[in-house]
Amino acid sequence: MIGIATAVDVAALKETTLLNMGVFALFVAVTMVIVFRASRNNKTAADYYAAGRSFTGSQNGTAIAGDYLSAASFLGITGAIAINGYDGFMYSIGFLVAWLVALLLVAELLRNTGKFTMADVLSFRLKQRPVRIAAAISTLAVCFFYLLAQMAGAGSLISLLLGISDWGGQALVIIVVGALMIMYVLIGGMKGTTWVQIIKAVLLIAGAAVMTLWVLAIYGFNLSSLLGAAVETANNPAVLNPGLQYGKTETSKLDFMSLGLALVLGTAALPHVLMRFYTVPTAKEARKSVVWAIWLIGLFYLFTLVLGYGAAALVGPETIRTAPGGVNAAAPLLAFHLGGPLLLGFISAVAFATILAVVAGLTITAAASFAHDIYASVISKGKADADTEVKVARRTVVVIGVLAILGGILANGQNVAFLVALAFAVAASANLPTIVYSLFWRKFTTQGAVWSMYGGLGAAIILIIFSPVVSGGATSMIKDANFALFPLSNPGIVSIPLAFFLGWLGTTLDKKREDSAKQAEMEVRSLTGVGAEKAVNH
Amino acid sequence: MGKDAHTPDAAASVDFEQVQSTGQFQELRKRHRSFVFPMAVAFLLWYFAYVLLADYAVGFMSTKVWGNINIGLILGLLQFVSTFAITGWYVHYSNKRLDPIAAEIRNEIEGHEFDKHGNRVGEVNK
Repeated sequence: MIGIATAVDVAALKETTLLNMGVFALFVAVTMVIVFRASRNNKTAADYYAAGRSFTGSQNGTAIAGDYLSAASFLGITGAIAINGYDGFMYSIGFLVAWLVALLLVAELLRNTGKFTMADVLSFRLKQRPVRIAAAISTLAVCFFYLLAQMAGAGSLISLLLGISDWGGQALVIIVVGALMIMYVLIGGMKGTTWVQIIKAVLLIAGAAVMTLWVLAIYGFNLSSLLGAAVETANNPAVLNPGLQYGKTETSKLDFMSLGLALVLGTAALPHVLMRFYTVPTAKEARKSVVWAIWLIGLFYLFTLVLGYGAAALVGPETIRTAPGGVNAAAPLLAFHLGGPLLLGFISAVAFATILAVVAGLTITAAASFAHDIYASVISKGKADADTEVKVARRTVVVIGVLAILGGILANGQNVAFLVALAFAVAASANLPTIVYSLFWRKFTTQGAVWSMYGGLGAAIILIIFSPVVSGGATSMIKDANFALFPLSNPGIVSIPLAFFLGWLGTTLDKKREDSAKQAEMEVRSLTGVGAEKAVNH
Repeated sequence: MGKDAHTPDAAASVDFEQVQSTGQFQELRKRHRSFVFPMAVAFLLWYFAYVLLADYAVGFMSTKVWGNINIGLILGLLQFVSTFAITGWYVHYSNKRLDPIAAEIRNEIEGHEFDKHGNRVGEVNK
């Protein structure tokens, strides 16, 4: 096989289109059947949003890995390492270490105090309305950025596989992906979505494992020779050293710090990851899920190190850069080089499935947040019954699906891992300070929460708008204008400390005190699990 | 609040402030915080030290140790090792030092509810 496909002929990829579509169709068919079977018990809101809290820790851990190992991890990180060498590896490390924040500080306490959404926890002992609205808005904003990244990944993949950069063709496939996702979430709810994540995680990790072993086998299981080959093909010894991408100027070094901060603090504040902790029956199972997720995710990121340098060595940065789909095409191109059309077909189908599953997970989170936090608690002031709430959630799914399709058609060309890092920065700024304060700081008040959430969210988004990501640079979204007043492409280093500061300031200046009985209740419940939501029995 | 964040049965009539003030709960809180806070500080410091080195000590990180494997790669892989190790340590600690005492408090609250006067009342039908 290796002999046949020594040089990657991008034009030859077109011939594999039918095969790719076949493998993808098979995945869709199998998961659809499972989603239908899983959805037979979708009766209550706890069923629809939290899968009846019936998953085990290991199942949920696999699903978390499925949610987390998005197109950003697979396509984005592999591409970043293939092109920028060591600096790409940084993403893997930040994305993994971040799980310790979730494990130690958030997962179990959140499972014990909340019901469906992040806002349940944040508004537990503070004033319902303002905190819920703020939490729901930031949930929707983070989901939107994350969706944009996934859809950009879909665009890259399509342009590579179909060999087209034709706008209409790509748009059509994004519409198909979006429509499928809407179906999954409408029919399957959280249970169906979770099963899709589990299947996809297994396929993705298995596929990456096969490719990793294959690459290592070529170099006699010697990491040093693989790295040597990457240096040789790239004709640049610096691919092994830090700084190839971020070491150019003092500003770019600062950008690297900012990225590092956003990555490590973002994970424990991602609403779609937090929502997964509600699908298990107890806090102990929530802990088990994080442990499973850490092992699976860690293993996968070790694979991406080999895959990234493997793509650099076997395909070469130049070929990757000029291929349709650019940086994000490194992993599929490597698959084609290794196993020809068949492996490419499998890997591309897995990557498609990845995007589909992650988009489904994001959509159900955003829909739950809108229906549960904004509609049920704020618009209808708690008078809506659970059935109406689920109905609203389903309608929201359709709206978000359509928005995701439109966003996906517009977003293209940027590295997916990079776009996801922006979502992490927004999450870490808007959510993390309030999560940490409300769990651990007795005196924290509503004003502190509201200042921190809006301040963090606003600062992150404004800084992104005025950053080189949006305008002024060669790779910006808007190339013809320049309003890049903020020099860094990741806002984390400014917006995260600012949000922590605003939380403290808002609380200190707040003349009102919060209910100490509520604080006691939250603390006791978070640590002991008294009165926590139980699994639904059918 | 209450209504949409928890089930009404278990928690409604419990005096949580009284539970919070018990020595047993204070001990649980102390055990939890004395593990997670120092550990969080430690792994964040270790992570940022690594990021700073990769950012500002490129020469040091590029030093080859064995073949093409340099210090940067080794430190990066050590981040994986430390993450796995802390995960294992925390699970061990929780199983041994947190879960039993949390279960005890939970059973006491759910079995013999604390009433508003701080007296323990009899078995509650569940």
